[in-house]
Amino acid sequence: MPDVSDFILKLQRRRIEGSHATARQTAELLRSVISQTRMPYTNQAAALLDAVRAVGEQLIAANPVELAVGNIVRRVLHIIREEDLSSSAVSFEGLMISEKSDDEDDADHKGGPVLSAAAVAAAARSTLRPRSLQTLLEDGPLPAAPSKSSSAGDSEGKSKSDKSAVGKRLKHSVIEAINLLIEEIDDCYEDISEQAVEHIHQNEVILTLGRSKTVKEFLYAAKQKNRSFRVFVAEGAPRYQGHVLAKELIQKGLETTVITDSAIFAMISRVNMVIVGAHAIMANGGVIAPVGMNMLALAAQRHAVPFVVVAGSHKLCPLYPHNPEVLLNELKSPSDLIDFGEFSDCMDFGAHGGAPLMHVVNPTFDYVPPNLVSLFITDTGGHNAAHMYKLIADYYSADDLVIKRKSTSSN
Amino acid sequence: MAQKKGGKSAASDDPEELARTPLQAVLLADTFNLKFRPITLERPKVLLPLVNTPMIDYTLAWLESVGVEEVFLFCCAHAEQVKEYIGNSHWGQSHAGFSITTIESNFSMSAGDALRFIEGKNVIRGDFILITGDTISNMSLTEALQAHKDRRKKDPDTVMTMFVKRSKPMPLTHQTRLGNDEIMMAIDPETKQLLYYEDRFDCSKRAVTLDKSLLADNASLYLRTDLEDCCIDICSPEVLTIFLDNFDYQHLRRHFVKGLLHDDIMGKKIYTHEIDSSYTARVDNYRSYDTISKDIIQRWSFPLVPDVLYAGNRAQMRLQREGIYKAPDVTLSPSVRIGAFTAIGSGTIIGENSSVSNSVIGELCTIGRNVSIDGCYIWDSVTIEDGCRLSHSIVCDGVHLHTGATLEPGVILSFKVEVGQNITVPAYSKVSLLPQPSKQDSDEELEYADTNSGIIDSPSIASISPANIEHDHVSSFDTEQSVLLEGGLSGVGYIWTSCETGNEEEWRYSVAPIPVEKLKEFYAKMFDEDESSSDGEQTGITHSGELISESKSTDFDDSDGEYKGDVSKFEKEVEETFERALGGVAEENVQLEINSLRMSFNVTHAECAGAVFQSVIKSAIIASNSSKSNLLKATIDAIERSKGLLSYFITNVDEEIEVILKFEEMCMEITREFAPIFSSVLHQLYDKEVITEDAILKWESEKADADESDKVFVKQSEAFLKVFSHLNFSTGVSVLQRLYGAMTSLKLL
Repeated sequence: MPDVSDFILKLQRRRIEGSHATARQTAELLRSVISQTRMPYTNQAAALLDAVRAVGEQLIAANPVELAVGNIVRRVLHIIREEDLSSSAVSFEGLMISEKSDDEDDADHKGGPVLSAAAVAAAARSTLRPRSLQTLLEDGPLPAAPSKSSSAGDSEGKSKSDKSAVGKRLKHSVIEAINLLIEEIDDCYEDISEQAVEHIHQNEVILTLGRSKTVKEFLYAAKQKNRSFRVFVAEGAPRYQGHVLAKELIQKGLETTVITDSAIFAMISRVNMVIVGAHAIMANGGVIAPVGMNMLALAAQRHAVPFVVVAGSHKLCPLYPHNPEVLLNELKSPSDLIDFGEFSDCMDFGAHGGAPLMHVVNPTFDYVPPNLVSLFITDTGGHNAAHMYKLIADYYSADDLVIKRKSTSSN
Repeated sequence: MAQKKGGKSAASDDPEELARTPLQAVLLADTFNLKFRPITLERPKVLLPLVNTPMIDYTLAWLESVGVEEVFLFCCAHAEQVKEYIGNSHWGQSHAGFSITTIESNFSMSAGDALRFIEGKNVIRGDFILITGDTISNMSLTEALQAHKDRRKKDPDTVMTMFVKRSKPMPLTHQTRLGNDEIMMAIDPETKQLLYYEDRFDCSKRAVTLDKSLLADNASLYLRTDLEDCCIDICSPEVLTIFLDNFDYQHLRRHFVKGLLHDDIMGKKIYTHEIDSSYTARVDNYRSYDTISKDIIQRWSFPLVPDVLYAGNRAQMRLQREGIYKAPDVTLSPSVRIGAFTAIGSGTIIGENSSVSNSVIGELCTIGRNVSIDGCYIWDSVTIEDGCRLSHSIVCDGVHLHTGATLEPGVILSFKVEVGQNITVPAYSKVSLLPQPSKQDSDEELEYADTNSGIIDSPSIASISPANIEHDHVSSFDTEQSVLLEGGLSGVGYIWTSCETGNEEEWRYSVAPIPVEKLKEFYAKMFDEDESSSDGEQTGITHSGELISESKSTDFDDSDGEYKGDVSKFEKEVEETFERALGGVAEENVQLEINSLRMSFNVTHAECAGAVFQSVIKSAIIASNSSKSNLLKATIDAIERSKGLLSYFITNVDEEIEVILKFEEMCMEITREFAPIFSSVLHQLYDKEVITEDAILKWESEKADADESDKVFVKQSEAFLKVFSHLNFSTGVSVLQRLYGAMTSLKLL
């Protein structure tokens, strides 16, 4: 498929930057993969799972450092499983539902397909997942959802005689659910920043590092609610994205101070709260974040300043970090630090066995261990680091943790 | 197989196509030189692995990343292999970022021929990128491409934008990190137009000859030696026509660029684009192969690094701590020591107690126990038995080193060579299964001859032994000598004699670092040159590596008193000769006489120049009849009269400086009446072209550190010197330093 190889190439060449863009494009790609998959008469869910897994494996291999790819692949696999379960589960009940409710359902589809799909997804989640504390709380105020889902599934049950229609139905509902996922990825900023007022108080000093869009929206939201507070921005060497963030913040009328990364420890005693973005949140609650974050987290811990990580749910990774400083890191070109011209000037290539004496290392990420993080704010609310695995269980099924197919080798 | 696109070029006539021409690139998959012999006899250079990925993959990946839509791959030597590789790789598939068309010509002997051939195909429709298949880059093209197009709009005579990057050549050996020779370029600082290009400039002369019009036509220009040619150009379609018109243009730089620069008639212009932060380099010789491999391992070429650039059909290498790249299926014994900055390809096995450092090891290699590998490039499927020692060598596919073999620095073992037990391959030797072509002239043809037919017969086995290596040249190698040596120690392969550069220069372009002795030698030479200021006598250098200049300087001290006396005597003699010259003796004879005096008194050129000048000034004093008002006029007359003589003896900057110093000394001691008019005389000397501004600036910077009393004359000439500092004139770093010195001394005053 041309889209797939094109996307793989983009990932390989590191031409997609940021986990948000990656997550969104991955979801879109998988949607088109699913819509192009030919459905067999039997065992349709398995066919879809295989198709997604085959593509997913290549995508993950293309850029193993960008965890959002794997997250979305696993999310989609989870969606397929759930849709499959829900369709088979409701097919038994379907017979009992009257014709009328079916019509209603159709009208629903026309009027607001997204809403219906949302209901399906929520229902599927609530009915089929083992009930975690989180889901119990979540589903409390939504008792109506399951009934809707049964009506949605009803049409599937009715048209069961026509097998291809069932196939289309599964595919269709999976695609709907993926659309919902894409929407969720798009809306994560809003959902997170809604909670800003609860966390940022009047006259506080907030410190952040680098440039995270989530953090930016979070601060904007607090400002819009007429909270007045000050922001310290650590510049985030070597890419100095903090400078960009500072300029963006003052446009919105936020009082902003730019400091160097090395001044963090000196400034941290004046700070009320540290709010940072993340590259990925691991299953143990550890955070993969832009370089320098561990230093900031340690400084915050030393001065008992709350260290808050804001991240959309697409950054939740079901894997546990093993040797994260090396395996989940990417060493970029040293030219961010030193121009190649300068580097080549200080070479005395004759001496020392030909090996250059100067080495420049430019890692992209830091690993922040879970005990340093006070609070995670995702689109579903605030969470403790120790609670992360529960949250992850809501989004992923345990069967999908290993994407790699066993016997067949790719290519 | 790559798709042929004959039909598409025909369709290019419709207006839509013409309105937006796709970005095209011409990739020369042949370098038309023999620097990678003997390896290139069997495999084209672009397919040689660079950190386990063929070089052409780097080039194609870069072309793809900059948005090139059509690539014309020109193959010549080993065209079949290149085509096969492209066909099997993902570049040939339809989903690659660009379409790739192979153009094959077996008759092209040079880049010029190749471009003429491409011209004949009539496929280039707009600006195109010209690149060779051995270039590694991660730079962005958008800015330069836009600049090129803007310039084209303003001035249709713009034909080319050359990429250059800063890279200081090593002062001792006058070669860059990549082993290229120093290049001298003159660039207009405003427009970045290239005005002068010299890649074979003789650094020993310490002088550069520029066309006078170059200085006359341009308000300012930079002369730079700290730039390196990236060998990537954005060319206009006219480039092809120029090559067609000038059928003798062969080399892209030596003929084309220089030709255009020297030929005013065509008025074609070449511009440069300097890149700084991003990485670009071309594998031109073994030294650059070494340097670039190290740069890639250190991730300068990101994202074209081993763990990202992924060919697709094998286990990918992962980066670990300390810059160690390792494929997941590598088998290492627990006692193996892997040093920093090493790459080990998939399927390789390394035995107990071996150590590997600063090296690249390919795929499916088997390395035994107690092997030490340092700074080596070992390609695929190599077998190295126990106890071998390798340092700074290139070992090609399928080589077999038997137990205890040793490779000294700089060794190149071509494909499938075998080295017998306990044999030491001497430094810088090149060993191949194919015999060296005996006739140098036929090299080209042989390169293009199909190597598939090159079946190696068993009689071509030559034994390698420490005894016969020193003396045997391959041309004289015959099957008679291939008898197994005692103990059955044997190897398979021919040792090549170096064909191009000669053994003396071998170290310069080798993978091995420059040997310490060589550096010492160069250091001594440079020291010596400074000491005996351009006397041109550097014959007394021994090869022991001892610093000779030290012993020489002690000699100098011993003979100091005698020496001084000699000089003053010499000056007197010169003065007398000069007086006779005023009396009507022909100038030639005077020159001859002074020259012979110089030789008999064994004084340097500079001292001689000083003496001649002193005589001129003294004659001026006599002429002025010691009246101060007449003095200046008399001096000017005297200088004018003996201008020929002065210019004969004052030939370079050092002598000029000596003259100024002499004059200064005279003003302070012997002929005090000159003191007030020192600066006017200096001005006269400059006007009459006896002394150049270089010398004046140098003199001034030398005086910068002197006592206040010594600076009287510098102060006096301040106004005059200011004129120079306004000239925007720079000859690389050294002159910049001089200018800087000049500026600071002005500030001091």
